[in-house]
Amino acid sequence: MKPPAFTYHRPTTVTEALRTLAEVGPDGKVLAGGQSLVPVLNMRLAAPGHLVDINRLEELSYVRVSDSEVRVGALARHADTERDEAAFAAIPLLRQATAHVAHPAIRNRGTTVGSLAHADPAAELPAVLSLLAGSVVLASSSGRRTVGADDFFIGPLESAVRPDELAVEAVFPRPPARTGTAWLEISRRRGDYALCGVGALVTLDEDRRVVAARACFISVGPTPVLVDLTDAADWAEAGALAAAAVDPEDDIHATAAYRRHLVRVLTARACARAAEAVHE
Amino acid sequence: MSDHEVRLTVNGVPHTVRVPARRLLSDCLRHDLRLTGTHVGCEHGVCGACTVLVDGKPMRSCLLFAVTVDGASITTVEGCRTPDGGLGPVQQAFWDCHGLQCGFCTPGFVTTITAFLQENPAPTEEEAREAIGGNLCRCTGYQNIVASVLRAAELMRSAPPPDPVSDPPPSDPVDHELSFGVDGVSRDELHDQPSPGAGSRS
Repeated sequence: MKPPAFTYHRPTTVTEALRTLAEVGPDGKVLAGGQSLVPVLNMRLAAPGHLVDINRLEELSYVRVSDSEVRVGALARHADTERDEAAFAAIPLLRQATAHVAHPAIRNRGTTVGSLAHADPAAELPAVLSLLAGSVVLASSSGRRTVGADDFFIGPLESAVRPDELAVEAVFPRPPARTGTAWLEISRRRGDYALCGVGALVTLDEDRRVVAARACFISVGPTPVLVDLTDAADWAEAGALAAAAVDPEDDIHATAAYRRHLVRVLTARACARAAEAVHE
Repeated sequence: MSDHEVRLTVNGVPHTVRVPARRLLSDCLRHDLRLTGTHVGCEHGVCGACTVLVDGKPMRSCLLFAVTVDGASITTVEGCRTPDGGLGPVQQAFWDCHGLQCGFCTPGFVTTITAFLQENPAPTEEEAREAIGGNLCRCTGYQNIVASVLRAAELMRSAPPPDPVSDPPPSDPVDHELSFGVDGVSRDELHDQPSPGAGSRS
């Protein structure tokens, strides 16, 4: 297995990268960590004429934490996002979910923003972005636009990034006070794609009553599936509500019925864990 | 699709190669630099056999183009030896604990574990298992590999190696221009045609 030949571009500034992307158009692909793109090339499932390597765009290598959000630049590796203590303190879910992205050797190279742009329905980060109602900043030579998670994930492996655009940054808003989160998933082998994964976010009031509860699911739909569970009487009912809301498909890894079962069980567990994580 | 000049410091030795952009780092190491210790299993990032250290961090060499890591320092299993060419602590631990059978996956384990123990010199068994979770072995059943991780930690604590990544001592830069660099040649053809540059590496 060898990747097809391509013309290689290695811009050193974002401006140069955007100019190159505009020039090569739909025949170009952005190469960031390459941990999803290179397997696809190795198996010749894609044959772009041009690869625009953004690994020298050091200006995009950051994880920035403010009072309102965590901003992750396009060159921040999964390992950078996972290990950043300030990001973990602000949004524990980032580390909780990223720890399930493949294996450490993959996380050392693959990027958080690249995972969003790739829009794999089995990937963790798209669900995190959806659950937190985050957004992605897209740049092109004609300007910048910010696309919310709802509009960003269009279908399996399809995001809102146009061929002349570079996803330069992801914005993860900090959840409100008294909010806890949890990430759970089941896969056939450690680090493999999840048969079902769930991120849960629960906000409690002073008396520990549920103010808001949401869960977002991976591997059970073409894009991350966000379900509001605020009205559930208890976490078991939340699991039942979620199971009724998803529409998974059969494949060689699991039946739809089994995936639905996982949604029910994991939702109850993840919501309970998220509620426990709310500290006084 | 012209070739690109790529500079890599591999196990402390600087190299310059001219390769097509699509040359995977795994193939660059094996074919252009003749460092065949790095094994290529699945070529899509699942098996971990091709894991090398890029600037000290374990990465899949089959999921990296050589050109994209231009300028990096690479450590392969050959660089996990002791400076005098003997078994490094991780390799010694595999020997001690019977941590390999056919040995195909071992280079990826040795590099992965070498980096892991630098970060966590005294792992628990659970941490050792997690550390090797991205490497597949079809022979051992993993028990002896987990034991090898713990044994290697023990060996490294009792006699810390001077610097496992700088072996062998630096020599003159080696130029591997076109030793194997014909774009479009299949892997089988490569195997059938010994490189004119083979054996030229010091």
